Amino acid sequence: MKPLTVTVLRPTRRHTLPGFSLSLGLTLLWTGLIVVLPLTALLFRPWHNGAGTMIHALYDARMHAALRVSFTCALLAVLIDLPIGLLLAWTLVRYRPPGHRVVDAMIDLPFAIPTAVTGIALATLYGPNGWIGSISSQWGLKLAFSPAGIVIALTFIGLPFIVRSIEPVLRSFPKDVEEAAFLLGASGWQRFRLILLPTLAPALLSGVGLAFARGVGEYGSVIFIAGNQPFHSEVAPLLIVMRLQEFNYDGATSIALILLVIALLCLVAVSRLRRSVSSGLVREDGA
Amino acid sequence: MKNVSSRRYVLKGTLVLGAALIAGSGLSSARAADYRLLNVSYDPTRELYGDINRAFPAFWSKTHAGDSIVVTSSHGGSGAQARSVLEGAPADIVTLGLAYDIDILAQNGLLAANWQTRLPHNSTPYTSTIVFLVRKGNPKSIHDWPDLIRDGVQVVTPNPKTSGGARWNYLAAWGWALRQPGGSEQSATAYLKALFAHVPVLDTGARGATNSFVQRGLGDVLIAWEDEALLASRDLGPDKFDIVVPPLTILAEPPVATVDRNIQEHGTEAISRAYLEFLFSPEGQRIGAKHYFRPVDPTIQAETASVFPKTTTFDVASLGGWTRLQKAHFSDGGIFDQIYSH
Amino acid sequence: MNDQPSKTISILLTLLSYGAVVLLIVLPVVLILHEALRQGVHAALETLKDPEARSAIRLTVYVTALVTVINTAGGIAAAWTLTKYDFRGSRFLVSLIELPISVSPVIAGLIWLLLFGRQGWWGTWLAHHGVHIAFAVPGIVLATLFVTFPYVTRTLMPYMEQQGRATEEAAFLLGAGFWRTLIRVTLPDAGWALLSGILLTTARAMGEFGAVAVISGHIPGVTETMPLHIETLYNGYQSVAAFAMAALLVLFAMTTVLIRMFLERSFRKQHL
Repeated sequence: MKPLTVTVLRPTRRHTLPGFSLSLGLTLLWTGLIVVLPLTALLFRPWHNGAGTMIHALYDARMHAALRVSFTCALLAVLIDLPIGLLLAWTLVRYRPPGHRVVDAMIDLPFAIPTAVTGIALATLYGPNGWIGSISSQWGLKLAFSPAGIVIALTFIGLPFIVRSIEPVLRSFPKDVEEAAFLLGASGWQRFRLILLPTLAPALLSGVGLAFARGVGEYGSVIFIAGNQPFHSEVAPLLIVMRLQEFNYDGATSIALILLVIALLCLVAVSRLRRSVSSGLVREDGA
Repeated sequence: MKNVSSRRYVLKGTLVLGAALIAGSGLSSARAADYRLLNVSYDPTRELYGDINRAFPAFWSKTHAGDSIVVTSSHGGSGAQARSVLEGAPADIVTLGLAYDIDILAQNGLLAANWQTRLPHNSTPYTSTIVFLVRKGNPKSIHDWPDLIRDGVQVVTPNPKTSGGARWNYLAAWGWALRQPGGSEQSATAYLKALFAHVPVLDTGARGATNSFVQRGLGDVLIAWEDEALLASRDLGPDKFDIVVPPLTILAEPPVATVDRNIQEHGTEAISRAYLEFLFSPEGQRIGAKHYFRPVDPTIQAETASVFPKTTTFDVASLGGWTRLQKAHFSDGGIFDQIYSH
Repeated sequence: MNDQPSKTISILLTLLSYGAVVLLIVLPVVLILHEALRQGVHAALETLKDPEARSAIRLTVYVTALVTVINTAGGIAAAWTLTKYDFRGSRFLVSLIELPISVSPVIAGLIWLLLFGRQGWWGTWLAHHGVHIAFAVPGIVLATLFVTFPYVTRTLMPYMEQQGRATEEAAFLLGAGFWRTLIRVTLPDAGWALLSGILLTTARAMGEFGAVAVISGHIPGVTETMPLHIETLYNGYQSVAAFAMAALLVLFAMTTVLIRMFLERSFRKQHL
């Protein structure tokens, strides 16, 4: 580990700022103890009794279906959250309408409400005799206990990620740039598309990445509203719980590892995209 | 100046308090003991063990006057609870939904393999059975297992993979189907496949399924523990539900045991065993009956016979025993997985 | 800039976004309050006086405070390291820090059991030496630390990235040391983003359910946090008590936001 640290985590150019080894050391200690250490255990456990469990998990059609449900629903939820989150952040930061502080405060609530309570509340609300569910069922729309229920829960869970990622950047965005563009004759839409959106893009993308990744792994709120039908509305984390209930730790950690690797690949893709977007911005700035 | 004196006070106070504590603990250990027991149990027993925990100290102090006792129960899905004991939860006593979950603990050396023979009635102080809870007036006229797979009937039962109660439901259906004329494993599997096609929601726990049926108005019939059904119909709306006891159903035996390794560590051997004996005592049996668990003591059975409807039951041993059933039905790729595969 | 058409648009957009908030967030919260107050305010408050309820509240406050302090300190260090220096492996480090978000809460609890459970690597050895981590408060803290790990870093980083390094480099060239630069130059400037991150951490720590459920053992009065106690109550058909406690969590969350707003305002005044 030591030589790896030295060769890999080395500054690529001389820094003007001091304190590199101190701050890197603190970061590595913190990350190492809380993230790397326990995840190492997860990395090793599936192979405890040979590769058989992992191979079995990889070819399990039921798991493929569960992964499909988890990822599709998380994606749909993010796509719903994206315009809402953007609109909300924009409204709160720019217009500061009456009550914006209260609304701003409410955005973090999905975060603070325990997922089990979220699940119970949403299932009650969207269930056949709930406030929304009873209306929607008149139109023949079954929201709770179907994949639509999963999307609703994940939309709720994901919204703060989007808003909170954009808000700080939007707040610190220099207004004079926009004003200059306005004076140069750019329309509202042009100002939004050509100036604001590129600036927001990195933050927006990281918010999307977080909301998506969180949605894929969500368990507590989903199981109450999903219906949990195998091949139809069963999410991947539920399969992990099932393996655990069978006292099958190898099977549980196999699925966990597969879920994690796929989610990680998605995050890496998002992070690359974010990087290319933000470096593109720097070039435009310099030109 | 003031600072110094106050610090001195604090020091003095600490010394006095420390001395008092040492003296106090010396005194109390000579006369009486201070016990904290943890009973790790499954979901539908919250009310039962709440009462038992309140009644037990009086039972113990008949022979051990002056002891101070606090019994706490923890509740959750039977399998999840067993796993937490397996991973180190400091349980003195386990009272779980099915013997298999305690067998797992025995396999891992937490208690003796012969645990089930240490107490009467297979270490089962109360039995229960599996019944149907239907909407008031039984609008879909559900009386027996075949009615569950009629067109237009929706059945609520939790997922047997994650819920111990659901495994009893499943095995009740399986055992009934096996006992039909010409019944075989094939016909029983076919029945279960048809049954689960009528299940719109597979909740992860028994209480979750009850809530889906009762609070959210989902489905026409809930398959449930008898105690759970009676409790739900009493507490959540006596005018909303009826209980239907099928003519043939399973004898559910949720067993109890002490966790030997933990009680040795905690020094709670005698009191933990007494707690289990209390469950079999007339008082413990009456408390059980009050919460709709069927007593095993013949006298109390006679006393409370009017509460419990008569039905014919078969037990798990007649189906092959838990170890075999668990492997054949609920393991990865087992019969329950097969009825959902395409 | 406040010409007439843009004003109409602003009202329209505001209504639209408020509508979304009402539908998505307000309605479930109203439902929670509605259920909590079904038998009146008095009955709801009475349920919170129960000794087990109070112990759950105490435990949640303790765990949240501890976790927020640790993860804020670590998060600042990480965001600073990742944005103020170029080094090889930084992308990998970012992915590593983001990782806990994509780990299902179920797994976030399980991984600590793999280490500290009786079936895990060190659990038996530690228990032999009288150290209890799983099914005790340390396990709950560890699970919560993992779950809330990335938030401070993730909210600080985009901001610090945008901020660039010129100010810090100038401060350093003018003779300010490392700590001085961090505390006097970078953090005040990033104050808003930092507060936002701390708030997310606090909120998430208070409400974490899945990960804690795996490692807590649900022992009432000992290892039951507020979210776990809510589940226990709800499953015990004590729906008023359950929702009263959920409403209390909502109030906690609103309070932290009010504190943030107050800090933000005083911070702005100071800064301008």
